[in-house]
Amino acid sequence: MSMKRIFNALALLAVLASPAAGAVEYRTVLPGQSAIGFEFSQMGVPIKGGFKRFAVQMAFDPARPEAGRAQIDIDLASIDAGSSEADEESAGRLWFNRSAYPGAKFVSSRIRALGGNRYEMRGTLTLKGRSREMIVPVTFKPGKAAATFDGAFILRRLDFGIGEGMWTDVATVANEVQVTFRIAASGK
Amino acid sequence: MSTAQRYPTPAVVLHWLVALLIFVAFPLGVYMHELPASPDKLKLYSYHKWIGITILMLAAARVMWRTTYTPPALPASMAQWQHRVTHIVHGLLYMLILAIPLSGWLMSSAKGFQTVWFGVLPLPDLVGKDKALGELLAGVHQVLNFSLLVLVFLHVAAALKHHFIERQPFLQRMSLGKKGQP
Repeated sequence: MSMKRIFNALALLAVLASPAAGAVEYRTVLPGQSAIGFEFSQMGVPIKGGFKRFAVQMAFDPARPEAGRAQIDIDLASIDAGSSEADEESAGRLWFNRSAYPGAKFVSSRIRALGGNRYEMRGTLTLKGRSREMIVPVTFKPGKAAATFDGAFILRRLDFGIGEGMWTDVATVANEVQVTFRIAASGK
Repeated sequence: MSTAQRYPTPAVVLHWLVALLIFVAFPLGVYMHELPASPDKLKLYSYHKWIGITILMLAAARVMWRTTYTPPALPASMAQWQHRVTHIVHGLLYMLILAIPLSGWLMSSAKGFQTVWFGVLPLPDLVGKDKALGELLAGVHQVLNFSLLVLVFLHVAAALKHHFIERQPFLQRMSLGKKGQP
């Protein structure tokens, strides 16, 4: 085998192994441009909050969405629950029981294209020791420096025991929590 | 007693309605403040805010209505300084029944909690979420309320004194007159 043939074979291998021309696999998450927020109703009053610290590991190639995956780990101590009193209260045993369960985790199991820039991500959300299957619609927006992935879904807090005992009263604090996220990632 | 010695009927109704609501909202505010977090606490805070906004609206109606009539004259037997003090106290009471709910509404906004009247009508947040401003307004709300407490005490004591000790027909000024009775 001549050097030339070996070189050609290596070049072919490299082409086969790399993604299709023009396609980018988004893997590097940009924390400064990413956010996880939530909103719920308390006595009919909308309360906005979010988590400041979370880690995302992901790989997503719009040319092969089904091969995509995402794992999100949230540090529950970074919560903004609307007020410092609520931040403190949320750490307690009846809410997140943060000393026993300091984090929340989402692991994707399947990503499916819905057409256009819309995708459906299925996965398991683990919160306070309880795991539930979630279906999360995600809108993908390609960009020069970074692409964004925007998603929103309803989480029923009682499915995860968030608010036990007296706090199961959903007339005071609604069961439905609207969770929104924006993950920005670059292809490099 | 002629009708000119009474406040007009709408003014009387508004006076007692506002007084009644203040007698509910004030102790509620003092009580709920120290409660540990619970759904009941959230409910009481909401009820307090709903009552407060109701007072604000009734007080605004009262002050507007107040500009349309001349209140019954104070008894001539009262000393001049008492006339002056009476007008000052009444003026301050009008200001406080507007300023107290307004400071509560602003405090709620600054603390990041929109006020939704009776859980149905969302009021605009006149200031943005600002922790320091929220704490400042909480202090303002408290000082105004304890000023109100002192002035209401004076107001009630003076009315009772003029009525029972000086034997002036004083309490009738703020009561509903019976028809056909002078």
